Parts: sequence; C-alpha cells; structure tokens
Amino acid sequence: MKLQLSDEDIAFREEMRTFFTTQIPQDIRDTVAARRELSKDQIVRSMQAMNAAGIAVPNWPVEWGGKDWTPLQRHIWHEEMQLAGVMPPLAFNASMVGPVIAAFGSQEIKERFLPKTANLDIWWSQGFSEPDAGSDLASLRTTAVKEGDEYVVNGQKTWTTLGQYGDWIFTLVRTDPDVKKQAGISFLLIDMTSPGLTVRPIELIDGGHEVNEVFFDNVRVPAENLVGEENKGWDYAKFLLGNERVGVAPVGSTKRTLAQAKEYAKTAGAGGTSLLDDPLVAAQIAELENDLLALELTALRVVANSADGKPHPASSVLKLQGTVLQQAVTELWVDLAGPNALATGAADGSDVPDLARVATTNYLNYRKASIYGGSNEVQRQIIAGTILGLRG
Amino acid sequence: MDFTLDSEQTALRDAVRGLLGKAYGSSEDRRTVTKTDPGWDEKTWQRLAEMGALGLPFAEEDGGFGAGPVEVSIVAEEIGRVIAPEPYVEAVVLAGGLVAAAGTAEQRAEIIGALAEGQLVPAFAHTEPGNRYSEVPTVTATKDGDAWTLSGVKEPVLGGARADLLIVSATIDGGTGLFVVQPDASGLTRTSYATFDGGRAAHVAFDSTPATPLGEPGADQSDVIASAVAAAQIAYGHEALGAMAFALETTTEYLKSRKQFGVPLMTFQALTFRAADMYVSLELARSTVTWATLVQLDGGDDAAVLEAASRAKLQVSKAGRHIGQEAIQLHGGIGMTAEYSVGHYTSRLTAIDHALGDGRHHLTALSKTLDDHEAVEPLP
Repeated sequence: MKLQLSDEDIAFREEMRTFFTTQIPQDIRDTVAARRELSKDQIVRSMQAMNAAGIAVPNWPVEWGGKDWTPLQRHIWHEEMQLAGVMPPLAFNASMVGPVIAAFGSQEIKERFLPKTANLDIWWSQGFSEPDAGSDLASLRTTAVKEGDEYVVNGQKTWTTLGQYGDWIFTLVRTDPDVKKQAGISFLLIDMTSPGLTVRPIELIDGGHEVNEVFFDNVRVPAENLVGEENKGWDYAKFLLGNERVGVAPVGSTKRTLAQAKEYAKTAGAGGTSLLDDPLVAAQIAELENDLLALELTALRVVANSADGKPHPASSVLKLQGTVLQQAVTELWVDLAGPNALATGAADGSDVPDLARVATTNYLNYRKASIYGGSNEVQRQIIAGTILGLRG
Repeated sequence: MDFTLDSEQTALRDAVRGLLGKAYGSSEDRRTVTKTDPGWDEKTWQRLAEMGALGLPFAEEDGGFGAGPVEVSIVAEEIGRVIAPEPYVEAVVLAGGLVAAAGTAEQRAEIIGALAEGQLVPAFAHTEPGNRYSEVPTVTATKDGDAWTLSGVKEPVLGGARADLLIVSATIDGGTGLFVVQPDASGLTRTSYATFDGGRAAHVAFDSTPATPLGEPGADQSDVIASAVAAAQIAYGHEALGAMAFALETTTEYLKSRKQFGVPLMTFQALTFRAADMYVSLELARSTVTWATLVQLDGGDDAAVLEAASRAKLQVSKAGRHIGQEAIQLHGGIGMTAEYSVGHYTSRLTAIDHALGDGRHHLTALSKTLDDHEAVEPLP
C-alpha cells in the first residue's frame, strides 16, 4: 500500500493544472465559478481549446485522438478540469457517441464523424429516452423502417439535453418489432435539420431550458448512417453506458462548490459576521467535507485498482453517493443564502450577492442528478443485484 | 498510489483469519469465552503471539517485529470479522504504543518484548468517570523526592482488572504525565465488571499509589498520548470494518435464504435497497479508514495523522450505526436474540464508536478547524 502519487503522476497533475488554469478562456471559468449556465459558444470554445491541446477525448482510441492514459491519469485530468472551473468535454460527443462510433462504426463513418465530434464542430444530442422508456430503455417505440437505401423514422424522444443546440442526434430506434425487445434495436445517426424532425423545449422547475422533446415524422435517414449492424444497437448502448467509469462522480466540482460555500459563509451572517460560528452550520459543512473526502478516496481506490480491466465493485458507489453529495452542497447553498435566495429574478443592480441569487435555481436544477444516467434507485438495484447477489 | 495488500500482507491476513476462524467459528464460541473472566481466551492470545501478531508495530530492538500500520490494520480487521474479544487494539496498539513512544530503553525492553510474546498484557487507564473525552485527567501525580504517587479514579478502564500492568495518565505540573503502575502496588484497587459488548472494564482507584514515570520523569506526554490514541482510533476503524463487512454478509445471506409469504426476503425491494445502502456506507468507511492508515504509514507530520484518525472515526461512527442498526432490522426478531450473531456485532460497533471519541465528538473537533483549509485534500 502506498498513498503518494508517483513522480510521473505528480508531473502529470501539474501539467493538467497549468493547462486548465491558463489555457481555458477566463470568461468561461468565471461563468462556472458564478454558477451560471454556459452558453453554447462557451462550451464549444472550451472543448476546442482542449482538443487543440489533444486532451478533449482521452478515452478514445489513440488513432482517433485518444490518449493511452491510465485510469488514474484520466481521473486526474477530470478532477483538475473541474477544480479549475472548466466544463468537461461535452459528454454526448466525448463519452457517448464518439466511443461507440470508434468501436463499432465503419471506417467511412469514423472518418466522416470522429474528427468533427472531437472538435465539437458537430454538436451531438442524445436520442435514447422516450415518454414510456426511461430507466426501462429497452421498451422504446420509435421505429425505423427500411425503404430502399433509407430508414423512415417515426416516433418521439424526450429529455434530450441541450437538444436546442444539436446538429446531429444519435438515436436508438426499433428496426425489428417482432423479436425480444432488446434484440430489435439499432443505433442510428440523424441530421437534426432533416425534414420532419422537430425539437420542442421543455421548461423545467428552475426556469431554465436544457431539455427537449424531439419528434420524428417520416424522417428519412440514409442507411449509411447506421452504426455497426442492424438490430445490434442495444449492445452498443450498453457499451456506451458502461464504458464511462471515470468521472461518474463529480468530485472536483462538488469540492470546488463546497469550498466556495464555506468562503461565502464566512461573511454571510448578520452584519457580515461568520456563519461558521453557528455550530450547526459548521457541523453541516464539516460533515459534508468528510463525506466528500470518503467519496474522493473511493474514486481513487477505484481508479488505482482497476488495472485488470474489471470494474472495481466500489465503482457502483460513485454515481449514487456522487449525486447525493452534489445535491447536498446545492442544498447547503440555499441554507446559507436564506431569504436572499428569493432574489432569483433580481437584475444587476441588486444588493443581494450573485451567488445567493443563483442558489435556488442550482438547487432545483440539480434534483436531476439522482434521476439521469440511471436513477439512484437503479444504482441501488445494481448494487443489491450485482454486488450483493440479492436478486428477487 | 496503491490501496491493495501485497503478497506478504495477504499471507498475514489469511493466517490470522485462519486462527481466529478456528477460535470463533460460531458466535456460540465467542459467548462461551466472554461469559467467564477475563472475557477473552488466553490460549488464543498466546497463538496470536506465536504468529507474531502482538509484536507487529514495535521495533525489533525492543522485541517487536518492525512491521507497520498496514500490518496492524490487517490483524485488527480480522479481530473485527469475528469480533474476537481479545484486547488487540487496547493492549498492543494503545498501551503498547504508549510504551514504545514514551518509554525509556529499559522500559521498552522489559515491557514490549513480554507483550509481543504474550506474557504481559498491559492496559491504558485514561478514561475517567464523568469526564467524557477530556484530555485533562483528574487523577493527579505527586512527586516526593524521586518517588511518585497517584491519586484518583479511572473508569471505565478496558481490561483494567486482568491487566498485568497499568499505564496511567495523570496531571502533573505543566501537563499530563504517563505512569507505570504494577498490579500489586499499594493503594490500588481494581473492580471488574462486564461491558455490553461482552468485554470487561474496571473501576480503578489510586490512593497514594506508587507509580513509575513512563519515560522522562515529569515530562508532558500529551503529544505522545494523542499519537497513540490516533493509532488506536485508526485500528479501531479497521476492527469496525471487519465487523461491518461480516454484518453485511450475514444480512445478505439472511435475505437470500429466509422466506416470508412463501418467497425469499430478497424479493422485497424495500429490503434489498436498504442492504445496498449498507454496502455504500461500508465502502465509504473503508476508503477513509484505509486512507488514514496510509497517512500514518506515510510518516508525515503528527497533525496530519491526528486529523486523518478523527476523520476516519467520524466515518466509522456513521457507518457503524447505520450498518449495525440495519443488520438487526433486516433480520427481524432473530436479530434481537443473544443466540444469533448480528446483535453482538452491533454491540461491538457501538462500543467502538464510543471508545476514544464518538462521531459527534470528532465532528465537533473537525467543525472547529474549518478555517484551516479551503478544501480537504487526501493526497500529500
């Protein structure tokens, strides 16, 4: 057993820290620090800066821009990025569709899409969930019927995150309705400017617009946009959902937000006094720090000991506890802001600190974290079934 | 960075697991042992000595085996898996640790060697009635010429009556001193009783009792005590990990095999989700406790080890309560019975929680240090 990073990993950490704190445009990092939403342009510029440095898609095969990093190095890359207030590369491109195309796509489809995907020249949307197929994704009903060298797609997707920015959408569609539900699904790439495709925004409880419904009405898609083999889409989706073990718990950003909350608390009491003098506030923060330490160490255990390629059992804890703490810190922010948290609609001249004004929208927004990407109930099901062997 | 055991450490774990598995193969074996004084098995202690487990943390020149905190943690975890009542953390890590850190060369040679061989079992008399986790003893040490005497009461002293030697903390001019008290010293009375977890504690009274300073006479040993306590807190953490892992395994097996309404309990999602949460608690505690051991191994500054021990103890307190309580609940009535094992695990976890500072105590301490750092950084 050994606690220290190797000299090589320390140097790597330093390299990443320097890059993220000096090479990502300051306006982007300021927006993250202010806990405000990034614009499309900011997200694109951020990922392009990383891609120019060759570190936007380290998890891809090397020939398509990936890095042959160890799981620990990928963890360090991810943590340093978040600690510096940098948004990770757009997940739809970097962690989802990119790896699937690289692993299962034809040479032609790889050449056509991968460079643009890495550079965010194409903004991908994810078309998996449907109104009746959320956690039970295999029940999806959107159909793709082959007519000549085209698929005709009909149906509806929902919860399409940032779909309003999407150039293309990767979808799971039913190509064979007559077999077991997992067996008749294909992975199809669709140009979002295609006739018959419409995007409708869904307004959320935080007042923001980040998810959408996407409707397909006789959308004609060239058959060459199929990734891999027809009816093998379920396998590709499982690969997509299972291959991103690193970074599933946003430790770095939660840590940064907690440190920021503590700093805010120091003058947030009556007349500018420190709320840390309130023993209950102090205890709440101290306990969060300890829980976050336990989570970070668990993430380190997972990445340090996953060399044999098999996921470490403790990795199942990461998504579950990662979102629990992410949400707990947004809750702490609302507690610290108190009545000032009501000033969400205040304009620039407001005397209420900006961070107090965004506290509630963040709190409400992050209720999503324990729902998306496999809800926390699904995570408990996985732990109970796969790790403990409790199969009802 | 590496969180795994090497092959020698794995061999040590297997050997200790084998030995303790034989001694405490069923919870009935443990109950037989805890029913009679001293509440643990002298033969098992002797076998642990023969295996080298009792001398692990001590320098070879003192009669130990020159191993480190990782090896100690392995033994402690196996103790916890079967909740062996032998006083490993109390006698070896805590009392032995104090002697190793504060004792003169002569005292170390005399005490450590005998402790490692299983011939001498020391106890640390530190806790005082009504004094919770105070670091300032009410037991006082008085100096007359070169002779020292102690007066006052220590209670509960774990293993205090059976101990072959007492290491006692007492207030001296300018701090807290450590003293060695022989079992037959005049003015010493020891009254033994059972604790809820099957152990033994004692009321230990000193009435002008002759005592020998441990190490330099009159020296303030507060830092030595804090370090030994931190080492014991971390070792207790590993003992708790062993106990929690077993409690979860037993509960899982029960959910698989026990039928109600004609189906196994694991058919009910309300129950399996609770087991999943127990697993989460266990893994988070394991991460923090293992880290604290590595901070200790790292040989960094004392303050870092003390803080790591405090953090580990807090996490263990939360996890121990959660897992202990749920283990009983998920078993239903059988979990309440003395004939079945899980209740004893919950008892032991409760005892560990309240020894050397419970979760609330450590949370309070950590709350007071919030200003010292921006964020908690686990890696040096």
